Amino acid sequence: MKTSTIGPEIERLIQLLARLPGLGPRSARRAALHLMKRRESLLEPLARATAEAAAAVKVCSVCGNVDTRDPCSVCTDPRRDPATLVVVEDVGDLWALERAGATRGRYHVLGGTLSPLDGIGPDDLSIAPLVARVAAGGIDEVILAVNATVEGQTTAHYITDQLAGTAARVTRLAHGVPVGGELDYLDDGTLAAAMRSRTPF
Amino acid sequence: MSDRGQAGHSGPEPVAVRVLKLSDFRSYPSLSLRLDAPLVAFVGPNGAGKTNLLEAVSLLTPGRGLRRAAYGEILRLGGAERWAVSAVLEHGAAETRLGTGWERPAPGGSDQGRIVRVDGADVPSAEALLDHLRILWITPAMDGLFTGPAGDRRRFLDRLVLAVDPEHGRRSREFERLLTSRNRLLEEGAASSWCDAVEAELAGRGVAIALARAETVALLSARIAERSAGSAFPAAGLSLTGEFEPLLAGRSAAEVELAYRRALRDGRERDRAARRTLLGPHRSDLDVVFAEKAVPAALSSTGEQKALLIGLVLAQADLVAATSGMTPILLLDEIAAHLDPNRRAALFARLSALGVQALMTGTDPLLFEHLPEPGLRFRVEDGGAAPIRGA
Repeated sequence: MKTSTIGPEIERLIQLLARLPGLGPRSARRAALHLMKRRESLLEPLARATAEAAAAVKVCSVCGNVDTRDPCSVCTDPRRDPATLVVVEDVGDLWALERAGATRGRYHVLGGTLSPLDGIGPDDLSIAPLVARVAAGGIDEVILAVNATVEGQTTAHYITDQLAGTAARVTRLAHGVPVGGELDYLDDGTLAAAMRSRTPF
Repeated sequence: MSDRGQAGHSGPEPVAVRVLKLSDFRSYPSLSLRLDAPLVAFVGPNGAGKTNLLEAVSLLTPGRGLRRAAYGEILRLGGAERWAVSAVLEHGAAETRLGTGWERPAPGGSDQGRIVRVDGADVPSAEALLDHLRILWITPAMDGLFTGPAGDRRRFLDRLVLAVDPEHGRRSREFERLLTSRNRLLEEGAASSWCDAVEAELAGRGVAIALARAETVALLSARIAERSAGSAFPAAGLSLTGEFEPLLAGRSAAEVELAYRRALRDGRERDRAARRTLLGPHRSDLDVVFAEKAVPAALSSTGEQKALLIGLVLAQADLVAATSGMTPILLLDEIAAHLDPNRRAALFARLSALGVQALMTGTDPLLFEHLPEPGLRFRVEDGGAAPIRGA
């Protein structure tokens, strides 16, 4: 399809959609077409929702979560345990943990991982605010819920080091057999990690 | 590892390529070969495309194949945009289809790497192929292995380790990445605590790599000692050397890791000036001597070096069969050229005894005249290969 056959407004919509994660140019065209065919039921509500979200979205100044209020609803929830702090790489990870209802603790979003090859250093991440939060006291445990990748683990090492002087205990997520997983299908590294970090039954 | 292998067989399961198909691969627009024999010889003049066939099979294992070629170089000249290799693998009574291919990226597009398929389904990483087969090779480019740079011997050793321990590949890639990260941090004068974090991860991978190599060398040495008596191929004495190796002696892995971390920390100034990391398993060397005479391999004749290398790879084949539970497939490029008739016969006999499938090349059909039955010989020319009857 030639671009000149479509009006510039539609072309702009397609270009923006194509920048969404998981959408390429082809699927962006399909999504745009789908939206335009359902102008009243989908396109206009989406436009309104997008505008409202754009006006209301705030990054929590305490933990880095994305919400419509600051501090975010997790940070202001009185039922949350203020003594437990869960450190995650991105907001997506926070949401995943919330979806699972995995913790009653509060969060701290780093905004990425240390990666010298991508030029991302400690100052590019929310590490200094984390250290300040823990140093202010009242936190017994810091749980490093970062990915089990080289970058994730390097970042975990760095943070552990930075928190060494504080009173908080630093823990990390277990590495090993996934729930419902069969040993037969696990790679050797995961099996070895699971064996190393076995726990009393 | 696979569900085969440790399933309680008394011996390793024989694994062989039964059908090999190529499309737009180097000199072959399209080719389909049935390889119904354990020993297969491809015969033809220089440049006929014999090695291309072995290269195609070598791409059924992780890495860039026995020529270490860029994927774009493999494309057949004359407008081809994608190449593919597919094979039907026979193990015991079962068959598995393996396939791999690469497509030239569209202008402005990015290289998607090579695609690997097992039984028609894409797999995320070529490492999955190691569940199905192990491949070892000897090429003329390895003739200088014992006299050439340490890097070549290290790569040779790492391939041996990978055939025993499939985790070695991932570990090595992560190590390389961390090494590049550390060098970058030193160059940029990053905070010491950041270097600490990278070095901690680096040390863990580095020690694991060194231990895996040491284990393979020990296992291999044991095999060589067991089997070399009366063999036509001299026994190799193997040892790992380098500044890093002494760190390993007489300590637990955790202690070595700590010692390596300390050494990295203390060596930062030196490494910053050198613009690279001077201590680590990436600088180790594989030292090879003639076990009987304790003569360094590098000092002997070309023919003797070749015999030593063949002996080493045969011992490795034996080890791989024992540890993985599958017989490896051997790719032996121009193998017979440097061997006298006695050694040639001994090689064929040894391959038969190991029960492996071996694909060999040579310019002269006479080299494979005494291929033990059931052997298969192909004449390779003009982008095709035809069986030679009446061997």
